[in-house]
Amino acid sequence: MRLEYIGLSELSGSLIALEGVHGVGYDEMAEITLENGERRSGRVILVDGDRVVLQVFEGAKGISLENARTRFIGKPMDLALSREMLGRVFDGTGRPIDGLGELLPELRRNINGSAINPVSRQYPRSCILTGISSIDGCSTLVRGQKLPIFSGSGMKHNELAAQIVRQAKVAGEDGEFAIVFAAMGVKNDTADFFRRNFEEAGALQRVVMYLNLASDPIIERILTPRCALTAAEYLAFDLGYHVLVIMTDMTSYCEALREFSSSKGEIPSRKGFPAYLYSDLASLYERAGMIRGRKGSVTQMPILTMPNDDITHPIPDLTGYITEGQIVLDREMEQKGIYPPVAILPSLSRLMKDGVGKGLTREDHSDLSNQLFASYSKVQEARSLASVIGEDELSEVDKQYLKFGAALEKYFITQDPGEERTIEQTLDMGWQLLSLLPRGELDRVSARLLDAYYHEGAWEKLGTEAAAQDGQEG
Amino acid sequence: MSQGTYTIHGVNGPVVTVVGGRGLALMDMVNVGEQGLTGEVVRVDGDATTVQVYEDTAGLMPGQPVTSQGAPMSIELGPGLLHNIFDGIARPLQVIQDQAGPFITRGLDLPTLDHSRRWQVTLAVKAGDALEPGRLYASCPETELITHRCLTPPGLSGTVTWAAEDGAYTVEDVLVKLTDEAGQTHELKLAQRWPIRTPRPMKARLPIDRPLVTGQRVIDTLFPIGKGGAAAIPGPFGAGKTITQHQLAKWSDADIIVYLGCGERGNEMTEALEEFSELLDPKSQKPLMERTTLIANTSNMPVAAREASVYTGMTIAEYYRDQGYHVALMADSTSRWAEALREISGRLEEMPAEEGFPAYLASRLAEFYERAGYVETLEGKEGSVTVIGAVSPQGGDFSEPVTQNTKRYVRTFWGLDRSLAYARHFPSINWLTSYSEYTDDLRPWYEEHVGRAFITCRQRVAALLQEESKLMEIVKLIGADILPEDQKLTIETAKLIRVGFLQQNAYHDVDTYVPLDKQLKMMELILRLHDGAKALVARSIPLSQLKATGIFDELAKMKYEVPNDHQEKFAEYEQAVDAALAQVDQANR
Repeated sequence: MRLEYIGLSELSGSLIALEGVHGVGYDEMAEITLENGERRSGRVILVDGDRVVLQVFEGAKGISLENARTRFIGKPMDLALSREMLGRVFDGTGRPIDGLGELLPELRRNINGSAINPVSRQYPRSCILTGISSIDGCSTLVRGQKLPIFSGSGMKHNELAAQIVRQAKVAGEDGEFAIVFAAMGVKNDTADFFRRNFEEAGALQRVVMYLNLASDPIIERILTPRCALTAAEYLAFDLGYHVLVIMTDMTSYCEALREFSSSKGEIPSRKGFPAYLYSDLASLYERAGMIRGRKGSVTQMPILTMPNDDITHPIPDLTGYITEGQIVLDREMEQKGIYPPVAILPSLSRLMKDGVGKGLTREDHSDLSNQLFASYSKVQEARSLASVIGEDELSEVDKQYLKFGAALEKYFITQDPGEERTIEQTLDMGWQLLSLLPRGELDRVSARLLDAYYHEGAWEKLGTEAAAQDGQEG
Repeated sequence: MSQGTYTIHGVNGPVVTVVGGRGLALMDMVNVGEQGLTGEVVRVDGDATTVQVYEDTAGLMPGQPVTSQGAPMSIELGPGLLHNIFDGIARPLQVIQDQAGPFITRGLDLPTLDHSRRWQVTLAVKAGDALEPGRLYASCPETELITHRCLTPPGLSGTVTWAAEDGAYTVEDVLVKLTDEAGQTHELKLAQRWPIRTPRPMKARLPIDRPLVTGQRVIDTLFPIGKGGAAAIPGPFGAGKTITQHQLAKWSDADIIVYLGCGERGNEMTEALEEFSELLDPKSQKPLMERTTLIANTSNMPVAAREASVYTGMTIAEYYRDQGYHVALMADSTSRWAEALREISGRLEEMPAEEGFPAYLASRLAEFYERAGYVETLEGKEGSVTVIGAVSPQGGDFSEPVTQNTKRYVRTFWGLDRSLAYARHFPSINWLTSYSEYTDDLRPWYEEHVGRAFITCRQRVAALLQEESKLMEIVKLIGADILPEDQKLTIETAKLIRVGFLQQNAYHDVDTYVPLDKQLKMMELILRLHDGAKALVARSIPLSQLKATGIFDELAKMKYEVPNDHQEKFAEYEQAVDAALAQVDQANR
């Protein structure tokens, strides 16, 4: 029989304090009942002798020092887990909101999870092909990776994520896949957009959704990704699913964390974010991966909108230091009407080197992508030079680079949201584009590969093919 | 003040306050709560003591017991450290997996070393021998590469009263008994303990006069680091810090590598573990793990243990240094350590200094980097600890406190550059912002072991790169066509140096590691072409004629074409350079 404490000693923001409490542990959960019968949940965030501070998930609105009764439940927050989660919709703390009733749990697990022992990890090597040239060709996604999309407000990150979900395939597919979708502080429209897309892709029965919309309490927002990842780990490592976790928007999550931290009176560090932002984000992102001897995998694709498109802002900055690469979207390209507006140069996939090549995709893949990066970075130099001295004054080679850059953006990067390219199509197109440059400029590719794949004038074929396609469509 | 009367008073994240007496000393190791979580005393204030706990504190509650181990945070040192992987407080991760499964659980009190394994020990002393600190008393082969040498611990001397026979022993078995001057008896085993925050003593520091040869051209040639030196690799994310660290761990000519993953990615540690077990050391043809200790405190493991992990790594490095080995410690990344300091400092409600970091950040960094050095050990041998610390500056901005304070205590600075990384120029060490203060100290070694030409070539290469950067300012404004021919040549040669020499492909079989004599040959060839071309250009022959022969493109690829053990192929390149020059020369006669 657990004690119930009547009344509180202090109220501030979403925090409440109780005095004279005994036998309560750090991180323990509590249930707060108001006089009118309303129930809220809270979590212990500080114990100091007989004084306990709780964070109330739903906020402390309407609570007075006298009208609340608190009951501690003696264990940290855990989440009910079962195979039946698939196809269901939950709120940020894991309560069903789809009207289909409570979940019958097979087991319950602490939402904070535990670190995967580096010895037990399986190094990810099987690449996921998305059918999108700019990603497959240059920043290949690997199963078990955490690869965020760095975007800005109003850009097409949701469309891109949805397209990836629709098209993602693994060569030599084995095992079933599932999607865990965590919405943090996004608008209802966005959540709806994803739901529609999952439906169109016929995947709704494989999706678990955790929705904390823009108007929902921020404390729950901090729990949302933890619930989602606990579900993902269960599906992957207990049931053997290959799980893709989409978390959007990490910026809202971090801002919730900042709001909460400042309400606790913690010393802020950069831009007011708490000093533990790195550790906190790491405790989420590091929950991606594969485990030796277990069938499933957790692949993460967090989406974050860079405040003011600034990649050095603490949120993208710390994210980039933890995740295994990033896909960066570019506003200038978006405005030029390029979809997907993937900025090739700052995008990176750290696990690509071991996920592509002979036997996995194709022998020329990694050299080709290096060459595309190197050449495209020269395009940028040529463009900035052209903006100073004018295009006419450029050397012959620089002019060729300009042409190459324009063609790369037009044919390679630009792609219809419904278009799915095979990896062969993507790589061949890469070589066709490189034929716009003289062979001597290609210093990242071995002579053997050049002999095999570099054909002078190959790009003309690309132009005519595209024209023919335009003609058909027209 | 008897043991076990201490209890928990409050909990705030990893910081726990303890009441119940005044007997706890600063830096004492304690066990907290019913599960006995490991912690360390960080502040004593009257009756209240503050402890930082190395494990997740969920569930701890006031009234639970706290017991002191009566000694500062220390780790077990002995055979079995190599070819192994530990967490930040030196618990073996392999054993944790065997006991707890793939997820790390709390409250596991595991010895660092395997106490059941037997080592083939050879005793070096007999009854009646006098022992003093640093004197060898036993040794055993630890891996195929390394002989573990057990030395009398600092502060202990006396006469041997009993010594075991040669044979197979565990780290727990007594090998030697000795009586000190006060008549007290001490036992020596294979393993000993050492407090991680205390530097291990040495006889003397020696000047740094030989390089740590890394096989990475831009490092060995332009910005070398001496054995016993300290270097920093700062860079924004994606610039290749970790790959550079991995390359150094794989190829540098240290005897022992301690690789410390401090607050970094789990998959990277797994990769290191897999790769180092497969790759063979170029010298000995044995797996690299035979000479490597990995310490993995990934970013999602407890933050207090992350703070301790750098000292754990350093203590292991010093322990092998004392045995007379050259040790290289790679710390990836020291910024995560600094952030751990900041996080704990915030929980302790200390007054923050710059960017929220505690005011003692600089002195902690200094203490750490000063533990590097080339020394004469207590035994009288030479050994060294070289420290290479990665720094992850916020937003890639080198003016932040960790980078700036680190710069004051290291003498080699490899600044990684985002724009080079975007262009996939790796290693993305920027040759304009990087520096090495060791070049002069190491000059005699290079002249003796590689050749006098090496230093001249290096200076010419560095000068050409400097010259190019000045010319590029002009080119950015008016284009390259306007430049006079000799300046065009400088740009062309500098490009060849950048692409054909500085760029090095870590994933290419031949290019991943390049010995010093090959580095010299490559420089000589490039400069040979440059000098020949200069003579042509001086005769008003346009550079484009020479470029048309394709010789620049050919030299740019020699790094892939000449195997490290077949350098006679360079003769062909020499002929090709001469032929190209002669061809242009003939055409203009």
